[in-house]
Amino acid sequence: MSKKVLDALVAKFGDAIEKVEQVHGDEVAWIKRDKLTAVATALRDDAALAFDAPVFVTCIDRLDWKPVGVPPSEAWTEDKPRFEVCYQLRSTKHKHRIRLKIALPENDARLASLTPIWVGFDWQERETFDMYGIRFEGHPDLRRIYMYEEFVGYPLRKDYPKDKRQPLVRRPDLV
Amino acid sequence: MGVEVTTSRLGDAAAWAKRVKEESRGLKGIPNWGRKFSLFSYPFVTACCGMEFMSVAAPKYDIARFGAEFPRFSPRQSDLLMVVGTIVEKQGPALRRVWEQMAEPKFVIAFGVCASTGGFYQNYSAMPGCDQVIPVDVYIPGCPPRPEQVLDALILLQERIQDGIGHSQLRLKREQLAHAEADE
Repeated sequence: MSKKVLDALVAKFGDAIEKVEQVHGDEVAWIKRDKLTAVATALRDDAALAFDAPVFVTCIDRLDWKPVGVPPSEAWTEDKPRFEVCYQLRSTKHKHRIRLKIALPENDARLASLTPIWVGFDWQERETFDMYGIRFEGHPDLRRIYMYEEFVGYPLRKDYPKDKRQPLVRRPDLV
Repeated sequence: MGVEVTTSRLGDAAAWAKRVKEESRGLKGIPNWGRKFSLFSYPFVTACCGMEFMSVAAPKYDIARFGAEFPRFSPRQSDLLMVVGTIVEKQGPALRRVWEQMAEPKFVIAFGVCASTGGFYQNYSAMPGCDQVIPVDVYIPGCPPRPEQVLDALILLQERIQDGIGHSQLRLKREQLAHAEADE
Protein backbone atom coordinates (compact mmCIF):
# COMPACT_ATOMS: atom_id res chain seq x y z
CA MET A 1 0.00 0.00 0.00
CA SER A 2 2.83 2.36 0.81
CA LYS A 3 4.86 1.22 -2.18
CA LYS A 4 3.98 4.52 -3.86
CA VAL A 5 5.67 6.34 -0.97
CA LEU A 6 8.87 4.46 -1.63
CA ASP A 7 8.56 5.13 -5.35
CA ALA A 8 8.01 8.83 -4.75
CA LEU A 9 10.96 8.89 -2.36
CA VAL A 10 13.27 7.15 -4.81
CA ALA A 11 12.15 9.43 -7.63
CA LYS A 12 12.84 12.51 -5.55
CA PHE A 13 15.90 11.48 -3.55
CA GLY A 14 17.48 8.71 -5.58
CA ASP A 15 20.98 9.68 -4.52
CA ALA A 16 20.09 9.86 -0.80
CA ILE A 17 18.76 6.33 -0.60
CA GLU A 18 21.05 3.35 -0.31
CA LYS A 19 18.34 0.77 -0.85
CA VAL A 20 14.67 0.12 -0.27
CA GLU A 21 13.09 -3.08 0.96
CA GLN A 22 9.85 -4.52 2.22
CA VAL A 23 9.97 -6.36 5.54
CA HIS A 24 6.84 -8.22 6.63
CA GLY A 25 4.72 -5.77 4.66
CA ASP A 26 6.45 -2.64 5.96
CA GLU A 27 8.34 -0.37 3.60
CA VAL A 28 11.88 0.42 4.67
CA ALA A 29 14.17 3.02 3.13
CA TRP A 30 17.87 3.06 4.01
CA ILE A 31 18.93 6.70 4.05
CA LYS A 32 22.45 8.06 3.79
CA ARG A 33 23.37 9.75 7.01
CA ASP A 34 24.10 13.24 5.69
CA LYS A 35 20.86 13.38 3.66
CA LEU A 36 18.54 12.46 6.52
CA THR A 37 17.37 15.99 7.36
CA ALA A 38 16.52 16.81 3.74
CA VAL A 39 14.60 13.57 3.25
CA ALA A 40 12.71 13.97 6.54
CA THR A 41 11.76 17.56 5.78
CA ALA A 42 10.35 16.50 2.40
CA LEU A 43 8.45 13.62 3.97
CA ARG A 44 6.75 16.04 6.32
CA ASP A 45 6.12 18.94 3.92
CA ASP A 46 5.22 17.20 0.66
CA ALA A 47 1.41 17.27 0.40
CA ALA A 48 1.34 13.86 -1.26
CA LEU A 49 3.40 12.30 1.53
CA ALA A 50 2.42 14.39 4.59
CA PHE A 51 4.04 12.32 7.34
CA ASP A 52 2.73 14.14 10.38
CA ALA A 53 3.00 11.46 13.09
CA PRO A 54 6.34 10.36 14.55
CA VAL A 55 5.74 6.81 15.77
CA PHE A 56 9.06 5.76 17.28
CA VAL A 57 12.81 5.92 17.02
CA THR A 58 15.07 3.19 18.24
CA CYS A 59 18.39 1.55 17.51
CA ILE A 60 19.59 -1.95 16.72
CA ASP A 61 23.02 -3.13 17.78
CA ARG A 62 24.30 -5.62 15.21
CA LEU A 63 27.40 -6.58 17.19
CA ASP A 64 26.70 -10.30 17.38
CA TRP A 65 24.13 -10.61 14.65
CA LYS A 66 24.19 -14.02 13.02
CA PRO A 67 21.31 -14.02 10.54
CA VAL A 68 19.77 -17.28 9.41
CA GLY A 69 20.20 -17.95 5.72
CA VAL A 70 22.63 -15.10 5.07
CA PRO A 71 26.21 -16.05 4.21
CA PRO A 72 28.75 -14.74 6.74
CA SER A 73 30.34 -12.53 4.14
CA GLU A 74 27.13 -10.56 3.83
CA ALA A 75 26.37 -10.30 7.53
CA TRP A 76 27.44 -7.34 9.64
CA THR A 77 31.12 -7.53 10.46
CA GLU A 78 33.66 -5.24 11.99
CA ASP A 79 34.14 -3.12 8.93
CA LYS A 80 30.42 -2.81 8.34
CA PRO A 81 28.30 -0.41 10.39
CA ARG A 82 27.37 -1.70 13.81
CA PHE A 83 24.29 0.38 14.61
CA GLU A 84 21.02 0.83 12.76
CA VAL A 85 18.95 3.80 13.83
CA CYS A 86 15.36 3.24 12.91
CA TYR A 87 12.64 5.88 12.52
CA GLN A 88 9.01 4.88 12.00
CA LEU A 89 6.69 7.50 10.52
CA ARG A 90 2.99 7.61 9.80
CA SER A 91 0.67 9.89 7.92
CA THR A 92 -2.70 10.35 9.59
CA LYS A 93 -3.93 12.08 6.41
CA HIS A 94 -3.04 9.42 3.85
CA LYS A 95 -2.93 6.47 6.27
CA HIS A 96 0.45 5.24 5.06
CA ARG A 97 3.65 4.39 6.85
CA ILE A 98 7.36 4.29 6.18
CA ARG A 99 10.44 3.27 8.13
CA LEU A 100 13.73 5.08 7.72
CA LYS A 101 16.96 3.30 8.62
CA ILE A 102 20.37 4.83 8.96
CA ALA A 103 23.49 2.71 9.35
CA LEU A 104 26.10 4.11 11.75
CA PRO A 105 29.66 2.90 12.35
CA GLU A 106 30.77 2.08 15.86
CA ASN A 107 33.49 4.71 16.18
CA ASP A 108 31.33 7.55 14.81
CA ALA A 109 27.80 6.93 16.06
CA ARG A 110 26.18 10.28 15.38
CA LEU A 111 23.52 11.62 13.07
CA ALA A 112 21.27 14.64 12.66
CA SER A 113 18.40 14.84 15.12
CA LEU A 114 14.88 14.81 13.74
CA THR A 115 13.45 16.54 16.82
CA PRO A 116 13.44 19.93 15.04
CA ILE A 117 11.21 18.36 12.38
CA TRP A 118 8.94 16.20 14.58
CA VAL A 119 9.02 17.38 18.18
CA GLY A 120 7.58 14.03 19.28
CA PHE A 121 10.97 12.41 18.76
CA ASP A 122 12.47 14.46 21.60
CA TRP A 123 12.27 11.95 24.47
CA GLN A 124 12.72 8.92 22.23
CA GLU A 125 15.98 10.25 20.83
CA ARG A 126 17.07 10.87 24.41
CA GLU A 127 16.19 7.28 25.23
CA THR A 128 18.16 6.02 22.23
CA PHE A 129 21.10 8.13 23.36
CA ASP A 130 20.75 6.85 26.91
CA MET A 131 20.62 3.18 25.97
CA TYR A 132 22.88 3.02 22.87
CA GLY A 133 25.01 6.17 22.99
CA ILE A 134 23.90 7.49 19.61
CA ARG A 135 24.62 11.23 19.39
CA PHE A 136 21.73 13.14 17.83
CA GLU A 137 23.27 16.36 16.58
CA GLY A 138 20.96 19.36 16.84
CA HIS A 139 18.85 17.83 19.59
CA PRO A 140 17.82 20.62 21.98
CA ASP A 141 18.44 18.68 25.22
CA LEU A 142 20.42 15.49 24.73
CA ARG A 143 20.69 14.10 28.27
CA ARG A 144 20.12 10.68 29.79
CA ILE A 145 16.40 10.11 30.34
CA TYR A 146 16.18 6.82 32.31
CA MET A 147 19.56 6.22 33.87
CA TYR A 148 21.19 8.48 36.44
CA GLU A 149 23.86 10.94 35.44
CA GLU A 150 26.56 8.94 37.24
CA PHE A 151 25.93 5.92 35.03
CA VAL A 152 28.86 5.03 32.78
CA GLY A 153 28.32 3.32 29.46
CA TYR A 154 25.25 2.40 27.44
CA PRO A 155 23.34 -0.55 28.90
CA LEU A 156 21.53 -1.87 25.82
CA ARG A 157 24.68 -2.18 23.76
CA LYS A 158 25.47 -5.83 23.23
CA ASP A 159 28.91 -5.48 24.79
CA TYR A 160 27.58 -4.08 28.08
CA PRO A 161 28.13 -6.88 30.64
CA LYS A 162 24.85 -8.45 31.71
CA ASP A 163 25.75 -8.65 35.39
CA LYS A 164 27.45 -5.29 35.74
CA ARG A 165 25.97 -3.05 38.45
CA GLN A 166 26.64 0.61 39.03
CA PRO A 167 25.22 1.27 42.49
CA LEU A 168 24.59 4.78 43.74
CA VAL A 169 24.54 3.76 47.42
CA ARG A 170 25.37 0.67 49.43
CA ARG A 171 25.07 -0.07 53.13
CA PRO A 172 28.20 1.09 54.94
CA ASP A 173 28.00 -1.98 57.22
CA LEU A 174 28.17 -4.34 54.24
CA VAL A 175 31.23 -2.90 52.54
CA MET B 1 34.93 1.27 66.47
CA GLY B 2 33.02 1.06 69.76
CA VAL B 3 30.83 -1.62 68.33
CA GLU B 4 33.67 -4.09 67.82
CA VAL B 5 34.99 -3.46 71.32
CA THR B 6 31.57 -4.12 72.79
CA THR B 7 30.93 -7.28 70.84
CA SER B 8 34.31 -8.73 71.70
CA ARG B 9 33.61 -8.18 75.38
CA LEU B 10 30.24 -9.86 75.05
CA GLY B 11 31.64 -12.97 73.44
CA ASP B 12 30.04 -14.79 70.55
CA ALA B 13 26.89 -13.70 68.78
CA ALA B 14 24.74 -16.54 70.10
CA ALA B 15 25.47 -15.60 73.68
CA TRP B 16 24.77 -11.95 72.86
CA ALA B 17 21.39 -12.81 71.32
CA LYS B 18 20.52 -14.98 74.29
CA ARG B 19 21.35 -12.18 76.67
CA VAL B 20 19.26 -9.67 74.70
CA LYS B 21 16.32 -12.05 74.70
CA GLU B 22 16.57 -12.58 78.45
CA GLU B 23 16.66 -8.86 79.00
CA SER B 24 13.44 -8.54 76.96
CA ARG B 25 11.44 -10.87 79.19
CA GLY B 26 9.13 -9.98 82.04
CA LEU B 27 8.48 -6.37 82.94
CA LYS B 28 11.44 -5.19 80.87
CA GLY B 29 9.71 -6.56 77.81
CA ILE B 30 6.65 -4.34 78.12
CA PRO B 31 7.89 -1.62 75.72
CA ASN B 32 8.60 -4.28 73.09
CA TRP B 33 5.19 -5.85 73.73
CA GLY B 34 3.61 -2.48 73.04
CA ARG B 35 5.72 -1.97 69.92
CA LYS B 36 4.87 -5.24 68.33
CA PHE B 37 1.12 -4.61 68.47
CA SER B 38 1.21 -1.03 67.24
CA LEU B 39 3.36 -1.04 64.13
CA PHE B 40 2.85 1.99 61.92
CA SER B 41 3.78 0.95 58.44
CA TYR B 42 5.21 3.00 55.61
CA PRO B 43 4.41 1.20 52.35
CA PHE B 44 7.24 1.84 49.86
CA VAL B 45 5.27 0.43 46.96
CA THR B 46 6.98 0.35 43.57
CA ALA B 47 5.47 -2.52 41.60
CA CYS B 48 2.80 -5.16 41.21
CA CYS B 49 3.27 -6.55 44.75
CA GLY B 50 1.35 -3.45 45.79
CA MET B 51 -1.85 -5.24 44.72
CA GLU B 52 -1.12 -8.00 47.18
CA PHE B 53 -0.30 -5.44 49.84
CA MET B 54 -3.71 -3.87 49.28
CA SER B 55 -5.27 -7.28 49.62
CA VAL B 56 -3.55 -7.82 52.97
CA ALA B 57 -4.64 -4.42 54.16
CA ALA B 58 -8.23 -4.85 52.97
CA PRO B 59 -10.91 -6.46 55.17
CA LYS B 60 -10.64 -10.00 53.78
CA TYR B 61 -7.16 -10.64 55.20
CA ASP B 62 -7.24 -7.62 57.49
CA ILE B 63 -3.78 -6.81 58.77
CA ALA B 64 -5.57 -4.74 61.43
CA ARG B 65 -6.02 -7.91 63.44
CA PHE B 66 -2.30 -7.67 64.22
CA GLY B 67 -2.29 -4.00 65.09
CA ALA B 68 -0.43 -2.96 61.95
CA GLU B 69 -3.25 -1.57 59.89
CA PHE B 70 -2.34 2.08 59.86
CA PRO B 71 -0.20 3.15 56.88
CA ARG B 72 1.50 6.47 57.47
CA PHE B 73 2.65 8.28 54.39
CA SER B 74 5.39 10.11 56.21
CA PRO B 75 8.43 8.08 57.24
CA ARG B 76 8.80 10.24 60.33
CA GLN B 77 5.55 8.85 61.75
CA SER B 78 6.22 5.21 60.99
CA ASP B 79 8.37 2.42 62.36
CA LEU B 80 7.74 -0.39 59.86
CA LEU B 81 9.06 0.03 56.34
CA MET B 82 7.47 -2.34 53.86
CA VAL B 83 9.52 -2.44 50.67
CA VAL B 84 6.93 -3.70 48.21
CA GLY B 85 8.23 -4.33 44.72
CA THR B 86 11.35 -3.99 42.59
CA ILE B 87 13.96 -1.47 43.67
CA VAL B 88 16.23 -0.07 40.98
CA GLU B 89 19.67 1.39 41.58
CA LYS B 90 18.33 4.85 40.80
CA GLN B 91 15.89 4.58 43.73
CA GLY B 92 18.61 3.51 46.18
CA PRO B 93 19.34 6.97 47.62
CA ALA B 94 15.60 7.70 48.04
CA LEU B 95 14.98 4.41 49.83
CA ARG B 96 17.97 4.93 52.09
CA ARG B 97 16.77 8.44 52.92
CA VAL B 98 13.25 7.26 53.76
CA TRP B 99 14.70 4.61 56.06
CA GLU B 100 17.01 7.13 57.75
CA GLN B 101 14.08 9.44 58.47
CA MET B 102 11.99 6.79 60.23
CA ALA B 103 11.42 6.75 63.97
CA GLU B 104 13.64 4.44 66.08
CA PRO B 105 13.41 1.54 66.64
CA LYS B 106 12.47 0.77 63.05
CA PHE B 107 11.81 -2.46 61.21
CA VAL B 108 11.96 -3.45 57.56
CA ILE B 109 10.04 -6.12 55.69
CA ALA B 110 11.13 -7.00 52.15
CA PHE B 111 7.82 -7.83 50.49
CA GLY B 112 8.14 -10.21 47.56
CA VAL B 113 11.09 -11.74 45.78
CA CYS B 114 12.11 -8.55 43.94
CA ALA B 115 12.55 -6.58 47.13
CA SER B 116 14.32 -9.56 48.72
CA THR B 117 16.80 -10.54 45.99
CA GLY B 118 15.98 -8.68 42.81
CA GLY B 119 13.88 -11.61 41.64
CA PHE B 120 14.07 -12.41 37.97
CA TYR B 121 15.47 -8.98 37.17
CA GLN B 122 19.16 -9.47 36.57
CA ASN B 123 20.22 -6.44 34.60
CA TYR B 124 21.94 -3.08 34.68
CA SER B 125 19.14 -1.26 36.49
CA ALA B 126 17.59 -3.55 39.10
CA MET B 127 19.06 -3.67 42.59
CA PRO B 128 19.74 -7.25 43.75
CA GLY B 129 17.57 -6.92 46.85
CA CYS B 130 16.82 -3.87 48.95
CA ASP B 131 19.15 -5.22 51.66
CA GLN B 132 21.99 -3.77 49.60
CA VAL B 133 20.92 -0.39 50.96
CA ILE B 134 19.01 -0.95 54.21
CA PRO B 135 19.02 -3.78 56.78
CA VAL B 136 16.01 -6.08 56.39
CA ASP B 137 14.36 -7.92 59.31
CA VAL B 138 12.00 -10.27 57.50
CA TYR B 139 12.02 -11.43 53.88
CA ILE B 140 8.82 -12.62 52.20
CA PRO B 141 9.36 -14.80 49.12
CA GLY B 142 6.76 -15.08 46.39
CA CYS B 143 5.94 -13.35 43.15
CA PRO B 144 3.77 -11.94 44.54
CA PRO B 145 3.44 -13.52 48.01
CA ARG B 146 0.10 -14.79 49.22
CA PRO B 147 -1.51 -12.63 51.90
CA GLU B 148 -1.10 -15.49 54.37
CA GLN B 149 2.65 -15.30 53.86
CA VAL B 150 2.58 -11.61 54.66
CA LEU B 151 0.65 -12.23 57.87
CA ASP B 152 3.13 -14.99 58.74
CA ALA B 153 5.98 -12.55 58.18
CA LEU B 154 4.29 -10.01 60.39
CA ILE B 155 3.99 -12.56 63.19
CA LEU B 156 7.67 -13.46 62.75
CA LEU B 157 8.52 -9.79 62.98
CA GLN B 158 6.43 -9.44 66.14
CA GLU B 159 8.35 -12.29 67.74
CA ARG B 160 11.59 -10.62 66.72
CA ILE B 161 10.49 -7.32 68.20
CA GLN B 162 9.39 -9.00 71.46
CA ASP B 163 12.80 -10.65 71.72
CA GLY B 164 14.49 -7.34 71.05
CA ILE B 165 16.59 -8.74 68.20
CA GLY B 166 15.44 -6.50 65.36
CA HIS B 167 18.35 -4.89 63.48
CA SER B 168 17.48 -1.48 64.77
CA GLN B 169 16.96 -2.68 68.37
CA LEU B 170 20.35 -4.41 68.39
CA ARG B 171 22.05 -1.38 66.93
CA LEU B 172 20.52 0.90 69.56
CA LYS B 173 21.61 -1.50 72.26
CA ARG B 174 25.18 -1.64 70.91
CA GLU B 175 25.28 2.14 70.77
CA GLN B 176 24.05 2.40 74.37
CA LEU B 177 26.69 -0.06 75.54
CA ALA B 178 29.38 1.74 73.58
CA HIS B 179 28.38 5.04 75.18
CA ALA B 180 28.33 3.50 78.65
CA GLU B 181 31.77 2.07 78.01
CA ALA B 182 33.05 5.43 76.84
CA ASP B 183 31.68 7.07 80.00
CA GLU B 184 33.51 4.66 82.29
